Amino acid sequence: MAQERIFGTGSRREEETDTPEPTTPPTSGAAQAQRDTQGTDDLLAEIDGVLETNAEAFVKGFVQKGGQ
Amino acid sequence: MTVRRVMGSETEFGVLAQGAPDANATVLSTRVVTGYAAWVARNLRTARGAHGPDGGGPDGDASDVGHEPVGTGWDYGSEAPLTDARGFTVSREDAHPTQLTDEAPVLTSEEIAAEAISESAMYAEDMDWRRVVMNTVIPNGARVYVDHSHPEYSSPEVTTPRDALTWDAAGDVVAHRAVADLAQRSARTDAPAVNLYKNNTDNKSVSYGAHENYTVARSVPFERITAALLPFFASRQIMCGAGRVGIGADGATPGFQLSQRADFFERTVGLETTIHRPIVNTRDEPHADEEHYRRLHVIIGDANLSHTATLLKFGTTSLVLNLVEHDRVPDLALTDPVAALQTISHDPAVTVRVPLRDGRTLTAVQLQRAYLDAALALETELAPEGMDAETAEVLELWDEVLTDLEADPGRLADRLDWAAKHALLDAYRRRDGLAWDDPRLVAIDLQYADVRPEKGLYHRLVAAGRIRTLVDRERIVRAADHPPEDTRAYFRGTAVATYPHEMAGVGWDTVNVAFPGVRRGARIAMPEPRDLGRDVCGSWFTAPDAEQWVREVARHRPHLVTGSDIPPARP
Repeated sequence: MAQERIFGTGSRREEETDTPEPTTPPTSGAAQAQRDTQGTDDLLAEIDGVLETNAEAFVKGFVQKGGQ
Repeated sequence: MTVRRVMGSETEFGVLAQGAPDANATVLSTRVVTGYAAWVARNLRTARGAHGPDGGGPDGDASDVGHEPVGTGWDYGSEAPLTDARGFTVSREDAHPTQLTDEAPVLTSEEIAAEAISESAMYAEDMDWRRVVMNTVIPNGARVYVDHSHPEYSSPEVTTPRDALTWDAAGDVVAHRAVADLAQRSARTDAPAVNLYKNNTDNKSVSYGAHENYTVARSVPFERITAALLPFFASRQIMCGAGRVGIGADGATPGFQLSQRADFFERTVGLETTIHRPIVNTRDEPHADEEHYRRLHVIIGDANLSHTATLLKFGTTSLVLNLVEHDRVPDLALTDPVAALQTISHDPAVTVRVPLRDGRTLTAVQLQRAYLDAALALETELAPEGMDAETAEVLELWDEVLTDLEADPGRLADRLDWAAKHALLDAYRRRDGLAWDDPRLVAIDLQYADVRPEKGLYHRLVAAGRIRTLVDRERIVRAADHPPEDTRAYFRGTAVATYPHEMAGVGWDTVNVAFPGVRRGARIAMPEPRDLGRDVCGSWFTAPDAEQWVREVARHRPHLVTGSDIPPARP
């Protein structure tokens, strides 16, 4: 309901149009799923590279004093 | 009506010196604030063109600013112990410490910091503790200071949710600059590097806040605000939660929840912010003309990095305050708001129902949709010629996110913090077979909020195209150094950038200026948050020095200026 009433106001978020659209054409569901898996694997591989090397020590050492 | 109103955000950062487990949190926070004040001083000096015998470039360290004053000092609101009835302002340097009755809390932390710093030989090289800065106002009009044992960035006043998002994110740029600057210096000294995290808990029973503030008409009874906000705040976290690994204040129960803060709240309404935290906080510091305004202080929110979550946090809350001001709040009363807050937070499926006093049970999406429908009806009714773009944007995004949450919360992984974090954690759980209490998952939760773009997982997800942004990076970085132009923050920030050496305590509604000579100065009051924007006062800052600038201010706004050698206000 809200969408129908509002979309006509010309208030689309301008920056969002800068977001690159996926460039690959639509493909079959299986190929899509495989690519998603590959994409996630690549993402995790990248994140692995920046994660704190000793997670346990990092978590244990992350001690804060109370705030508001 | 419109989503526009005067608002702002306050971020307390988690502070950590890895490899220095015994480091004092107040000292670390003080290094961050002092370091950033020096960074600003260097930057302004470079912008003016380095000159003089001790001129330094932007790549130097604190010593580059020589004996220049660093930081602006802070003026505590409208208290004025140094304003003499005879018409002048004593500079803070000239005042006896016992006269500074308005800054007792900071003196206490200052003493603590000075003591801790003088005891810790390893900081000696890194910091001249006689020039410690606990409090400063930076050129974008924000306050950067040591709050308890965390560095805090309080954004300048803005008037739109989009600007609230922009100047909140600008605070993350400030935090990153401070961290990068200290890292550079740590490489040359023994002082440990300091890092900051935009989150709200250490998962060991401690929480720190990310507050919002909204100017509300004083004529609205507070009880009406409370009644409207309890169900709204209990359910808002489905959009604005930052996500958390662990259940309970100490995170001891394995699992994932929507909110960082939910498990730290015990009451519905109250004045406290550090103990017995209430969903609706009653602190009333208008920092403005208190006859006309109250300043609603919101402490329930999570620190957000996602642009969509931040825009919705400020936008929807402002629209609900419109409902309150027009007495159009939907009839919703939760049986137990605190229990509902936690029940909703503990349900990442976003399907749980919570009981209302009238016997109904509703999901958080249904609660939010009741507010959205009421807001849409009111805003449409009050703007027969069509609502403004800012209001339409918030209503549209609110609807879009609720629709997706109802269909499949996983769809929000590209827009909301909690959903993005949940998707990432799930991917790790699947790949590596991790249980919810695995320290790697807790580490990912913490590192999501790391302010360094190269380490922070939010920033990595944005860089990988996994999270959408609404405001581009250049605009956010610019906002770290420039004030909003449509509030008194423009006056405050521009004063600090233009006459940095003459600032003698700056506050939300005051700028104190020290002139050369003994006990000469002026105090400029800024009681109206929407006054003194760029249109009004931009040209005043062409004055060649602070004294002439104050005269210019007094010429246009005689009633705002008190001080020595200033032409008296015309009756």
